[in-house]
Amino acid sequence: MLGPYRVLDCTGPLGWLTGRLLADLGADVIKIEPPGADLGDPGWRANNVNKRLLTLDLEDEAGRDAFRRMAKDTDFLLETAAPGSAAAGLFDPDALIAANPKLIHVSVTPFGRTGPHAEWLASDLETMAAGGAMSLAGEPGGLPVRVSAAQSHGWAGAQAALGAMMALTHRAATGRGQHVDVSAQAAVIASVAHAPASWDLLGINSTRAGAFMTGRSVHGANYRVFWPCKDGYLNFIIYGGVAGRRTNEGLVSWMTAARADLGVLAGIDWVRFDPTQATQAEVDAIEDPIGRFFLTLTKAEFLEGAFEREMLGYPVFNVADIAADPQLEARGYWQDLPGPGGSTERFCGGFAIVDGERLELVRPVPSEGEHSREVLGEMGFDSSEIDGLIAAGAVRDG
Amino acid sequence: MSGVPQALEGVTVVEFGGYAAGPWIGKVLANFGAKVVHVESRDRPDGFRLQYPPYKDGKIGINRSGCFSYFNDSKYAVTLDVKKPGGVELARRLTDWCDILIENMRPGVMARIGLGYEVLKETNADIIWLSSCNMGQTGPRAPTGGFGSQLSALAGFSGLTGEADGSPMLLYGPYIDFVAALVSAPAVLAALDRRKRTGEGAYFDVAQYECGLTFIAGALFDYHANGKIAERAGNDDPVAAPHGAYRCRDEGWLAVSCWSDDEFARLAPAVGHPEWADDPRFADAAKRRRNIAALDDGIAAWSAPLDAGEAAAALQGARVHAYRVNTMADLFSDPGLGHRRTWRVRRHGEIDDQAYYFPGFDLSETPGDVPGPAPLLGHDNDIVFREFLGLTEEEYATHVANGVI
Repeated sequence: MLGPYRVLDCTGPLGWLTGRLLADLGADVIKIEPPGADLGDPGWRANNVNKRLLTLDLEDEAGRDAFRRMAKDTDFLLETAAPGSAAAGLFDPDALIAANPKLIHVSVTPFGRTGPHAEWLASDLETMAAGGAMSLAGEPGGLPVRVSAAQSHGWAGAQAALGAMMALTHRAATGRGQHVDVSAQAAVIASVAHAPASWDLLGINSTRAGAFMTGRSVHGANYRVFWPCKDGYLNFIIYGGVAGRRTNEGLVSWMTAARADLGVLAGIDWVRFDPTQATQAEVDAIEDPIGRFFLTLTKAEFLEGAFEREMLGYPVFNVADIAADPQLEARGYWQDLPGPGGSTERFCGGFAIVDGERLELVRPVPSEGEHSREVLGEMGFDSSEIDGLIAAGAVRDG
Repeated sequence: MSGVPQALEGVTVVEFGGYAAGPWIGKVLANFGAKVVHVESRDRPDGFRLQYPPYKDGKIGINRSGCFSYFNDSKYAVTLDVKKPGGVELARRLTDWCDILIENMRPGVMARIGLGYEVLKETNADIIWLSSCNMGQTGPRAPTGGFGSQLSALAGFSGLTGEADGSPMLLYGPYIDFVAALVSAPAVLAALDRRKRTGEGAYFDVAQYECGLTFIAGALFDYHANGKIAERAGNDDPVAAPHGAYRCRDEGWLAVSCWSDDEFARLAPAVGHPEWADDPRFADAAKRRRNIAALDDGIAAWSAPLDAGEAAAALQGARVHAYRVNTMADLFSDPGLGHRRTWRVRRHGEIDDQAYYFPGFDLSETPGDVPGPAPLLGHDNDIVFREFLGLTEEEYATHVANGVI
């Protein structure tokens, strides 16, 4: 889809996903890393598969000259240089776009290239804090937590890819490139849903709710969301409405067939049941037999049984559960590619099926210097120039 | 819009469905100049209009939902009932008009109401179509319907959130819906670019579940390659120490992390413990991790009487990673977000002033905006059907008489 386009990807973790998404859509993404970079990190491998690798030292003056020359002949530049750093000086959008007016220069930084906090330091933790996401996760009144796998990289990286495609649409109409300035903090706000609107309209400062759902009952009752089961946890909520009724009826018939103790569930008419009117004592009485039934189920049994009965709710999967999910297998989600030393590496495949075909990863994870000569050659460097860069230590060959 | 050029000038989008996963894509496209038509009917309005707070002044009403409006600014809203006579024909005029169609209903629903991809392609051959649902259009569990808040558990996010020895945690709202929207939105624009070059349309079958996994791709790789099962770990990081959130004054919290020995040497005096810099217990990251309780206690004691924002500024002044844990209220006074104009207040027909989110990227040449508030139900029937589609007075009147419009 993006077959005609060349991308120079000089990003760190905050921008890895951007290039991966463009690569999965068919762009020729050239990852640039300095000599000796750690290519074994699982995050690096997962997000830099399907790219070519040019090992180029951008702290070396000859390397910087080579970069400036390549930037004149490229469609997209992706970078995550810290504002105020020497690297940010090299990635100067005004200068690079002046030299290549069709260039789409994408900067991904914690707070954007300008502004009062532009030069502040932020890892995933501070970025999730700054974007509001942490204040909404954790026990009520207790420690705000981040997701224990960096998420700000995803939010920033995906919004950067979207900004890049917006700029491409404009370029197709006008021939002009531009600078896309991504703030990871602002990008993370997409994750907090409509919580900002509650503050804006009603002055309600929404906060974290832990493992329970609050604010649904006029009597202040809390509904359990996460339930222990035989081998982990389930996400199940007593809902009202049509979908809630089908779910609750399905559960009771499942429990009945399993000869589980129904307790008060036996006497509830789900057509008339209204979760907004229940007291905590009533909720506790409803949840007690459900909790005991769920302890007899595995995550996989719940997933299967809930699906058959069209019930709302999912098990809390970990990466091993996800890896074994037959739904993903059936849709050809995983893609295996050759890895180091004759191994096979398994990746999340392309994120969509397009016209019946899964977006395909066409390149395994590159090794250091693997495409250095090839890429520089394609970009007009002759072999003596390439040899000179290698001899000077600015480029490493595979 | 004023004379400012917009990136998606002339791009037309039609949305079927509702809630978050589909409409969020259209909202962002509208912020950069696309014409986006949100289709509802009087009998079946978008679920966010009546099912979720906040409502203006706390009073429920079809045009009072701040939740709906938050996800649908800058769009045109039509009421079009496909079940009434002539409804499908009118819907097809709309789908013939658009470049991009976004739908997030259960698999098969569009086809069942006479608006399947194969049918629509007959008269709009190069349409770019995006279907987004929980599990995708195929596979043994394709028919699953469900909420994004629960799907976030299946896709690993809830299990990775919370203390190591505690329960999984909710992420606020349908977290994964926004992941899916932002991962797949670039794809429709890539398809638009290809269409300009080749004339081909595209059909995207998007599973929100699969999109979500791209945000934990590293952890999945680590499992497949090394058998490692990532678990929730509070705020711990496998490398950095300290790495956590610390209580401050007025129920505030401060996030702090430390990524090198040099940074620790700057952190120690900044939190009132210059002696830490030479303490052998904290000489490197591994030792700091082993003795983390002493560090956490010391930082917490330092931060407790301080304002979280001031504490963060003090640490940043010493070049230490730190930020206030912004609450929803804090997002509206954050100076960096103010600088970017993340919140753009527009006057809504019934809600009055509301702050709408501007996406997290600025474009230097085509800056984008929130051109308008969210529309009232059916607000734009006139302009969409008469002006965009060119219905004659007679056609329009017939559709109104038949209850289609």
